[in-house]
Amino acid sequence: MELYLYLALFSPLAGSLIAALFGARPKTLFTGVVTSALLGLSLVSSTILLFYILGGGAAVHVEMMTWMATGDLYIPFGFLVDQVSVTMMMVVTVVSTVVHVYSIGYMDHDKSFNRFFAWLSAFVFSMMVLVMSDNFAGLFIGWEGVGLCSWALIGFWYHKESAIWAANEAFIMNRIADLGMLIGLFLIYWNVGSLQYDRFFEAVVTLDQSVLVMIGIFLFIGAMGKSAQFPLHTWLADAMEGPTPVSALIHAATMVTAGVYLVVRANPLYEMIPEVGYFVASLGAFVAMFAASMALVNRDMKRIIAYSTLSQLGYMFVAAGLGAYWVALFHLMAHAFFKALLFLGAGNVMHAMSDELDPFKMGGLKKVMKGTWIMMTLASVALAGIWPLAGFFSKDLILEVAFVEHHYVLYTVLLLTAMLTAFYSFRLVALIFHGEERYKEYGSHPHEAYTFMLIAMSPLALLAVIAGFAFKGSYIDMVTAVLPATEYHVHSPVVFWIMVIGTQLLVGAAIAYAYKKYQNAKIDKAFEQRPCYKVLFNQYYIPHFYEEYISKPYRELSHVAWKQLDLRVVDATVDGIATLFYKTGEQTHTMQNGNLSTMLRWMVAGTVLLLALGVAFTVGISVVAG
Amino acid sequence: MEITLTHYLILSTLLFAIGLIGVMRRTNLLMLFFATEILLNAVNIGFAAISRYYGDLTGQMFAFFVIAIAASEVAVGLGLLIVWFKRSGGIDLTTMTSMKG
Repeated sequence: MELYLYLALFSPLAGSLIAALFGARPKTLFTGVVTSALLGLSLVSSTILLFYILGGGAAVHVEMMTWMATGDLYIPFGFLVDQVSVTMMMVVTVVSTVVHVYSIGYMDHDKSFNRFFAWLSAFVFSMMVLVMSDNFAGLFIGWEGVGLCSWALIGFWYHKESAIWAANEAFIMNRIADLGMLIGLFLIYWNVGSLQYDRFFEAVVTLDQSVLVMIGIFLFIGAMGKSAQFPLHTWLADAMEGPTPVSALIHAATMVTAGVYLVVRANPLYEMIPEVGYFVASLGAFVAMFAASMALVNRDMKRIIAYSTLSQLGYMFVAAGLGAYWVALFHLMAHAFFKALLFLGAGNVMHAMSDELDPFKMGGLKKVMKGTWIMMTLASVALAGIWPLAGFFSKDLILEVAFVEHHYVLYTVLLLTAMLTAFYSFRLVALIFHGEERYKEYGSHPHEAYTFMLIAMSPLALLAVIAGFAFKGSYIDMVTAVLPATEYHVHSPVVFWIMVIGTQLLVGAAIAYAYKKYQNAKIDKAFEQRPCYKVLFNQYYIPHFYEEYISKPYRELSHVAWKQLDLRVVDATVDGIATLFYKTGEQTHTMQNGNLSTMLRWMVAGTVLLLALGVAFTVGISVVAG
Repeated sequence: MEITLTHYLILSTLLFAIGLIGVMRRTNLLMLFFATEILLNAVNIGFAAISRYYGDLTGQMFAFFVIAIAASEVAVGLGLLIVWFKRSGGIDLTTMTSMKG
């Protein structure tokens, strides 16, 4: 099994390095093929590991080599494949293989084709390190690695000012959160003396409650950055500047779920501190609602999906915060499939419309893009949580968790959010695929994507449909071996059926309303003048607030520090030292007149001076000592 | 009057001073060599005297080393001097300023 572990982990790296060799060259098709094939290898290895674990095999734990060993500090490069990480590995490898194959078509005309695949595979490798590491240090390496690759891929089209800006925003916001994470890791090391998961989870019961709370909070700050939770959420929507496959892989399916993975992985810790868990859940519910509301009115296709991702991450945090770790992980998995599918569909639409993002300029595309239409509708149905698609099983479960745990406020918020989710998803579908063909006014000539791209997407479509009912049973059996196996059942069957059917009806109504309203949408000018629209459209003015009250004062401060401190104090000191030596040289270079007699005189003078100093020093020592 | 170590050291110092002044003042390269020899031998006197005073042969051995090195130094130096004289027709130090900084 070790062989499969290493294959799963290192084949993306090999692909990335091979593609990187040709990074600066014009497009060569084989880089795409090689990286995809290696990803496929990784997928196959992960699948073998999955079946091994499913078959009751013990977790595979290897220590590849020592990384740091000084004094008491010992951190190995160790990897662990257990029930949780194998789930994540499957999610990562399935989605990334699909995205790689899809990208061969999507990036077809891009001149940096090879560079794209180098970074994309590097991302997958980092993500695998993140999920497979057996200690927090390795997790942190992966954590930073995915951050770096995300930066490079958001800013992939670096000639666009907005892309660079978005890349930097994402990176900087993540750095802020990573500081919190680092503090959490330091606290763990300080109190436990090891960063290994097993050592830490054993020690959790003996640690002081206040220490645990601190660790829990700081680790969660790290998770907030990666998973773009409020108030560090603004980067995710801006990250849509990157190529669409990147959005599908990184900003929907994998990297942004790393925060959820962290909380799930650290479940023994969060078990001990339910109050922090409750905070996590509340923040999650807030973000779910908050992000969904912004998606309601947005006019950028990709941003709508990004807000939807944010909202679903909120759901996952609710589940994780309430202690239903396996539910969170289940929703993570289901969400990865249908959200990646949705993004890839959006990519097809973008290609068809020559990078147009405003769904109000599309309409009626279902005639020309039948395949994409079907897949995006499927993904949206799954996202809305209609039986029997994947979203129903995972999202309804989260609602049940909130209900069973008696958090009725959270439950209500999540229920409302589910309706909003259904509404904005089908608003998008209705605007893009139904109604009049508004794109004709803008002179577009849409066409369906390459067939192989649609075929590449089809596994995701299949998973979005079946992941719920087909996998739920065996999934629960598998992960509850390591995660707390709490069953969430509403006791009275009547209440249960009312809840389920009620939710379905509400969601169905939201879908119907979205179709009705946006089937033949004209841009409603009067509606756009309403204050509530403006607030939502401007993302609650939060980016504006950050710009005005954080970025600008910081820029002012930096300016002052530059002019007053750097130029006047630091630079002046350094320049002063340099000038001193320069001037001394200027004054004394006449000594070097080339005349041997003069030099000898200077030599004698120097010797006398040194002797005098020596004598003075000796005398001084004896006086002091004497 | 008995001749003591002090006398030898005074002699050595005087010779050293003469040599030093020679090194600093002379502009004739040949004279500079003479002055250097005086310097070295002033030190040799010191070595030999102190060696005798302590009954330790190390100092005298060192003096032999110095003599040997001084001899080789003069051999090389005179060789260079002759070459220089042939090239420039003089051995005045003030004319040698090619190393001017």
